[in-house]
Amino acid sequence: MLLIACPWCGEREELEFHYGGQAHVAHPAEPEGLSDSQWGEYLFVRDNPKGPFAERWSHSAGCRRWFNVVRHTVTHEILAVYPAGQPKPVILP
Amino acid sequence: MHPTVVMSNHVHVYVSQAHKGELVMGAGVDSYNGYGQRGSFHLIERQMAAALELFPVFARAHVLRTWGGIVDVTPDASPIIGPTPVGNLFLNCGWGTGGFKATPASGWVYAHAIATGEPHPLAEAFTLERFTTGALIDEHGAAAVAH
Repeated sequence: MLLIACPWCGEREELEFHYGGQAHVAHPAEPEGLSDSQWGEYLFVRDNPKGPFAERWSHSAGCRRWFNVVRHTVTHEILAVYPAGQPKPVILP
Repeated sequence: MHPTVVMSNHVHVYVSQAHKGELVMGAGVDSYNGYGQRGSFHLIERQMAAALELFPVFARAHVLRTWGGIVDVTPDASPIIGPTPVGNLFLNCGWGTGGFKATPASGWVYAHAIATGEPHPLAEAFTLERFTTGALIDEHGAAAVAH
């Protein structure tokens, strides 16, 4: 069970949250200019690292706000929590 | 006590009894990427709760052991079978929590892809290309238990 520190509500159990996948996936500036394969890349292709991973979470059973988390995908340790829109923090190995 | 496999889609339980008497069940998937292979406690707890919903008598049993692995899941929750843009590289992956019962058929169509370089007609819809064409497969939960 992850214990996730919502930036607004504090530490809550994972069950209160909804997972949003990889963070920092920017919407293409000119979607109409993309080929089908480029659009497919944007929609479906994601990183899947073994180690620190920046991802989106929503406190869906609480304040319902979205934020970002850096979580280690092996140990599940949460290394950083930061508001959406802020750059990914530098995590030293 | 339990002569057959019992499955309930409503409470997400499938359970069979091993010859030694132990009850064997399969639970769900974490919502997030992970390589921990530990099994999340709340998923195990939910599985136990669901089993008790179906068979209250199970409350007398104890959890002996749990097992967790890595589940490879695709964006539309259906497998990817067939050739790729890379020569001589073929995919048969993304089976999620399913796959065992489909192994004979998937092996058959996969062998066809390797032998001919073309997807088998039965598996044409399951190639990697569907994530470019957008022709995704709407079979999430087509297994007898919902995922």
